[in-house]
Amino acid sequence: MSQIFAQGLVCPLDKNNVDTDQIIPKQFLTSVSRDGFAEALFYDWRYLANEQPNPDFVLNEPQYKGASILLTRANFGCGSSREHAPWAIQQYGFNVVIAESFADIFFNNSINNGMLLISLSASNIEFLFSRCQQGTQEWKIDLAGQQIILGNNAAVGFQIDPDIKQRLLSGLDFIGASEQFEPQISSYETQRATAQPWLG
Amino acid sequence: MMAKTLYQKIYQSHVVAPVNGSTDLLFVDRHLIHEVTSPQAFAGLRQAGRTVRRPDLTYATMDHNVSTQLRSIDAAGETSRKQLEALATNCKEFNVPLLDLMHPDQGIVHVIGPELGLTQPGMIIVCGDSHTSTHGAFGAIAFGIGTSEVEHVLATQTLQQQVAKTLKVEVTGSLSPFVTPKDVIMAVIGQLGTAGGNGYVAEFCGSAIRGMSMEGRMTLCNMSIEMGAKAGLIAPDDVTFSYLKGKPHAPQAEHWDAAVQYWQSLYSDADAVFDKTVTIAAENIRPQVTWGTNPEQVIAVDQPIPSPESFSDLIKADAARRALAYMGIEAGQKLTDLKVDVVFIGSCTNSRIEDLRQAAAVVQGKQVASGVRALIVPGSGQVKRQAEAEGLADIFKASGFEWREPGCSMCLGMNDDRVEAGQRCASTSNRNFEGRQGRGSRTHLVSPAMAAAAAIAGHFVDISYVERAEGSYS
Repeated sequence: MSQIFAQGLVCPLDKNNVDTDQIIPKQFLTSVSRDGFAEALFYDWRYLANEQPNPDFVLNEPQYKGASILLTRANFGCGSSREHAPWAIQQYGFNVVIAESFADIFFNNSINNGMLLISLSASNIEFLFSRCQQGTQEWKIDLAGQQIILGNNAAVGFQIDPDIKQRLLSGLDFIGASEQFEPQISSYETQRATAQPWLG
Repeated sequence: MMAKTLYQKIYQSHVVAPVNGSTDLLFVDRHLIHEVTSPQAFAGLRQAGRTVRRPDLTYATMDHNVSTQLRSIDAAGETSRKQLEALATNCKEFNVPLLDLMHPDQGIVHVIGPELGLTQPGMIIVCGDSHTSTHGAFGAIAFGIGTSEVEHVLATQTLQQQVAKTLKVEVTGSLSPFVTPKDVIMAVIGQLGTAGGNGYVAEFCGSAIRGMSMEGRMTLCNMSIEMGAKAGLIAPDDVTFSYLKGKPHAPQAEHWDAAVQYWQSLYSDADAVFDKTVTIAAENIRPQVTWGTNPEQVIAVDQPIPSPESFSDLIKADAARRALAYMGIEAGQKLTDLKVDVVFIGSCTNSRIEDLRQAAAVVQGKQVASGVRALIVPGSGQVKRQAEAEGLADIFKASGFEWREPGCSMCLGMNDDRVEAGQRCASTSNRNFEGRQGRGSRTHLVSPAMAAAAAIAGHFVDISYVERAEGSYS
């Protein structure tokens, strides 16, 4: 059964090691809200010092307006644990990021916001970048079938942890899911207080 | 019984229940929070009508965007004030203990946790901050989490996790004079790369690690996140136990012996199998300086700045080209020819008493070079008081350094301590990312002694060479 998790225009960001300071710089972190970060996404790359859009940054190129799939390279989201990074990416309009690899904390933060992060081999990433060079791309993401549908009968399969796949497909509230283990948590606490009373 | 690594022992002792597949629900012993990554988590709790399950295991401090000039929440601007006030309100409403700006022990979350004895061997410790890996120095599993996970831990005192792969980093021999734990971790990151640790928990071992103080071990584990590792840890030993003894939240007299007995069981079994092993000879490590815009772009201070063509990987070559342009330097240049505008000694990596002692030893009786702005930001109220009592603060002030109040400060420039565009900064912090210390700032990561020497000379200095030649930096 095919189930389309997302579909849309692809924006290629051809860089390794895009860190969360680049995804959303520090000056936007003093907010106490979860919203309002779309304008802050890639701020220092997206805007010139005079706050005008930087015409050389890929997100500002007219053909990528409205993109919802971000294609990038290795170790995307490294650095700070700020969840403001996936919030900014998602609020800008991306719901899928495809990369060779992701930093661990960024990966978890994104999944917890219902975003799909797809890791592919370096050669598959290279192949997808070469497609982007041929012209703008519109892809569909079939999460259940674990493939990126490129059109014209072309597709690239991907691996995903079954637990994460299930969470994304069912949209489970993960705090609610852990609360189901209340008796086990209480029992663990009791045992811990007896065995290691110094822990508090 | 199957041999286990230290990480596996601690992980297994914290499994509350298997969730499904490869996911387990783990109990969290300590949850540290600060103003930047917690407000949305508290808002989420409130919205769902949830409470904080274990406020007694939760501790809050103000550190990221506080002023280091004035002890007032008004001093760092309007939005910062609102965020600091939100933390105070949230802690009050949910009964979470808070070390606010007026508390004598306030400081950087990863400095005060250990100082107060909150950080102990065998624990699982989390915080909405990537440098939570610092606490692994005590033989704990400690890692950074996002705000949704902060909310999850507040509500349940647990986290859903999967077992990470294990990486053994053995540093053999002993460190040369003027080579510090900061240089060791930067050399390790240079070798493994910023993604080399992705998916792994790193255990540091070997005689060079055993020879390190707790402060040094914290510096080492602090930066394990910069190679992408989920956590870094070191098996506890007598150095760990002596550090903890008598700390306010450490096990008190009636439990001390039992605690130590348990802690002594926390090591990787001799025949435990690691997924990956790296061995480095301490003697080969020289003082390190980053030249680029990520921590793997690092060289020894006496090496020339590399050319992009020297990287066989085309993407790394391109990254090097961009980094050289951003940093305003050229391949082949000597680091010792680079003038610095700013020197920052501080951050959760290098703001502890030992760091300040090393820096003070270098600057004593000398003057900061003309045109250089030099800041010392102690990691906590305790570090500040101790440095003042030992006379270090007077040494710094007499040399022309600014002596500040505790906070994260110029490591990330969330307050008003920033590096201006185009300025070059020798910094003891942990990230040399573009714009990290201020838009257009050029950061070179170094040890406290190297930063101090750069402040005096006005450019980078090979302190081990100067020591050999002049015997002056000791």
